[in-house]
Amino acid sequence: MNKLLFFAHLKDEAGKESITIDAAGKNVAELKAFVAEQHGMTKLDSAMTAINEEFAEDSDIIQEGDTIAFIPPVSGG
Amino acid sequence: MKFEIAKEPINIQSVIDQVIQREAGAITTFIGTVRELTHGKKTLYLVYEAYESMAVKKLEQIGTEIQERWSGADVAITHRVGKLDITDVAVVIAVSTPHRADAYEANRYAIERIKEIVPIWKKEQWEDGQEWIGNQLETVAYPKGEPEAKDLDE
Repeated sequence: MNKLLFFAHLKDEAGKESITIDAAGKNVAELKAFVAEQHGMTKLDSAMTAINEEFAEDSDIIQEGDTIAFIPPVSGG
Repeated sequence: MKFEIAKEPINIQSVIDQVIQREAGAITTFIGTVRELTHGKKTLYLVYEAYESMAVKKLEQIGTEIQERWSGADVAITHRVGKLDITDVAVVIAVSTPHRADAYEANRYAIERIKEIVPIWKKEQWEDGQEWIGNQLETVAYPKGEPEAKDLDE
């Protein structure tokens, strides 16, 4: 299984901080599309994605046990 | 700790103390504070949220990048999260180097990189509403890229 983390406005839109699904075998772009449809999320397109706390590309494949975080454009500082 | 996400007010001196070294001829300190007016709009307070474990890793990465670019540099960064009032300190960056020009340049590099790759978000609370802020340029950050000249104005 895979834990998916939401932050900032994505957390507000999802109504929760995280969900757990089986995403192994999907690439990042496929996972985004899947989550957007399943959870009615409209702003995932503009988010970056991290796999196990490292930024990932759309084509990276998710492995069993990976933690996935959707990272909206950051605004620290 | 040299790279930290803090839930309490930041002790500025303790960040500076992390980069003291006998080889240094300069320490620059950047203190990012909460501004009341942005383009005429009044902020009441901010809430910062972080993906804390990844944020610490990315701050460490910025420290490594600086040490690769500016020989002899030492870096410490603390970013605060939670509710911050106007004038509160949100981030402190201390950089020491053998010569002063490098200390200024490397410190500037650190804050620009924070705004690109460190997973921290601010929510603005205005008099008439609230909103999570994307990056100030309304562009998507490039995690492996570098700040361009146009990115250095905010």
